[in-house]
Amino acid sequence: MSAVLEARPAAVRLRGRISPTLAAGVLIIAASLMLAFVPGWFAPYDPLAFDYRALLQPPSLAHPFGTDNFGRDMLSRVIWAYRLDMQIALFGTLFPLLFGCLIGALVGYYGGWPDVLFGRVVDALITFPFLVLVIAIVAVLGPGLINMYIAVGVVGWVFYARLLRAEIRIQKQQDYAAAGKVMGYGDGRIILRHLLPNAITPVLVFWMTDMALVILLGSSLGYLGLGAQPPAAEWGVLIAEGKNFMTTGWWISIFPGFAIVLTGLGFSLVGDGIAELLRPQR
Amino acid sequence: MRSRAIASEAGPGIALAIRGLATTFAMSTGLVRAVDGIDLDVRAGEVLGLVGESGCGKSVTLRSLVRLVRPPGRIEGRAIWQGKDLLALPERELRDVRGKEIAMIFQEPMTALNPVLSIRQQIDENLKAHTGLGRAERTRRAIELLDLVGIPSAAERLDSYPHQFSGGMRQRVMIAIALASQPRLLLADEPTTALDVTIQDQILKLLLELRDRLGMSVILVTHDLGVVAQTCDRVAVMYAGQIMEVGPVVEVFRNPRHAYTLGLLGSMPGGGAIRQPLRSIEGAPPSLVDLPRGCPFAPRCTFVTDACRQRRPDLVQVAADHLSACVHHDQVAKAVS
Repeated sequence: MSAVLEARPAAVRLRGRISPTLAAGVLIIAASLMLAFVPGWFAPYDPLAFDYRALLQPPSLAHPFGTDNFGRDMLSRVIWAYRLDMQIALFGTLFPLLFGCLIGALVGYYGGWPDVLFGRVVDALITFPFLVLVIAIVAVLGPGLINMYIAVGVVGWVFYARLLRAEIRIQKQQDYAAAGKVMGYGDGRIILRHLLPNAITPVLVFWMTDMALVILLGSSLGYLGLGAQPPAAEWGVLIAEGKNFMTTGWWISIFPGFAIVLTGLGFSLVGDGIAELLRPQR
Repeated sequence: MRSRAIASEAGPGIALAIRGLATTFAMSTGLVRAVDGIDLDVRAGEVLGLVGESGCGKSVTLRSLVRLVRPPGRIEGRAIWQGKDLLALPERELRDVRGKEIAMIFQEPMTALNPVLSIRQQIDENLKAHTGLGRAERTRRAIELLDLVGIPSAAERLDSYPHQFSGGMRQRVMIAIALASQPRLLLADEPTTALDVTIQDQILKLLLELRDRLGMSVILVTHDLGVVAQTCDRVAVMYAGQIMEVGPVVEVFRNPRHAYTLGLLGSMPGGGAIRQPLRSIEGAPPSLVDLPRGCPFAPRCTFVTDACRQRRPDLVQVAADHLSACVHHDQVAKAVS
């Protein structure tokens, strides 16, 4: 009887283990992605259209999030900003993720002098606060999204590499790695098929957190004028635009802020959910 | 030229000839001699027991044979397997030997199976790597293997994951995976230590049965003399990285010719006379960084004389098919009778 129960297909086993945490996170992120892909379906107005008859309107039925000093509808701007900010979350983390995992897996598995060199590079890079380093690089390269991706890429991979290196070093001591070797498997196969699935969970969790962090970073740079450039709708840019009207038009900055918090929460929930889901059972 | 020398060294019926195997680790405290120059033959189709206390180098010996020793470990010596020196083989060729001709099972079936891959995937991978079987044939063979190691309703269990099996079942799975490519030599590193006694018995019987059916040789590392008595054809007793005594199990247990073996047997219930207290061996094994010049057992030995401390005793033939590295093997023999 128990044999039959335990032999259920993987899909069924997974369904039982999807936690409310993960479900809530996935819901938020799925909604965010939808807004990012087809903002036109949801935004009531053109995000860039000025309306001089409706300047600095507080939230109302016509403009649920109010309007800014050019009469642009804030709801539409916040929705259109999803496109840019989700793009930042993805592109800002993709290179660090892939490159970091490659380096981390290699130095973790083989060790030796590249590992020592890697340690020094990590030390050098994390000596500086992340934000300061990114701002410095963007300042040199010039403001703009592409340069921001470059700056994040140059620094961000270190965190992924460090995580995966540590995990791989633990996993390669396990008997199953030795067993793989005795079975005559090559290094590539042992790393990719045996060690990586056991080592990747913390990296995936960090990836989710990192997306939230990169959105914050993108917004910070946008706020400072080093990231996305006006009039593009980006949450950081929107908050920056509202800062002169904080006392009279609080709604301009508040709603983009909520969007950042909500999206960040979504990514964090997904991260926690993944951690729980992928924890290998012993 | 060299191959002829190797062939003559590995006599008829010898599957694996180990010569001067030494595995050392350069640590900050000094050079650790985990395996200190051992010579040992494994015969075709036999179960050879490798016994000794914890830390005497038996596991390292086993791992050295398939070069599973990580830096800073260094392996020296030769291990002649089918005319090839395993310790000098290029990595590429070694990979063909590993898994296909020589397989290994581990002490902790918990950690020796990959937790994220199903049993089918793990057996399939080995079959794919070492046989030319097609997909359907591989599945059939996988079921056959699980049957062979005594896993009930094998076909249904194929897609289970390691955590869904009990410890004993997991060890069976481990054995099934190791045997997938029909190796000629099985290295078993304390395969029953983590299991309770009844399961231990089943697994050992299974190993013997498989040895008979597949005609392979087995090196069984254990610290349990009971396991040796039950399972092995011959036994090699290790101490401080050296071989103390080698011989057929019955012969070594009845007529030990080394003071250390005598001590080991005396510390085991049923080894001494009836209604005698168990005798422990006083003292502790020497540090592997700073081995005594002579016999490593000399500091704890009751037979010790100056000759023991002068130089390391050679492993010499003391009876038919029975080697001992004890200066006073005659006296040990007298003490037994």
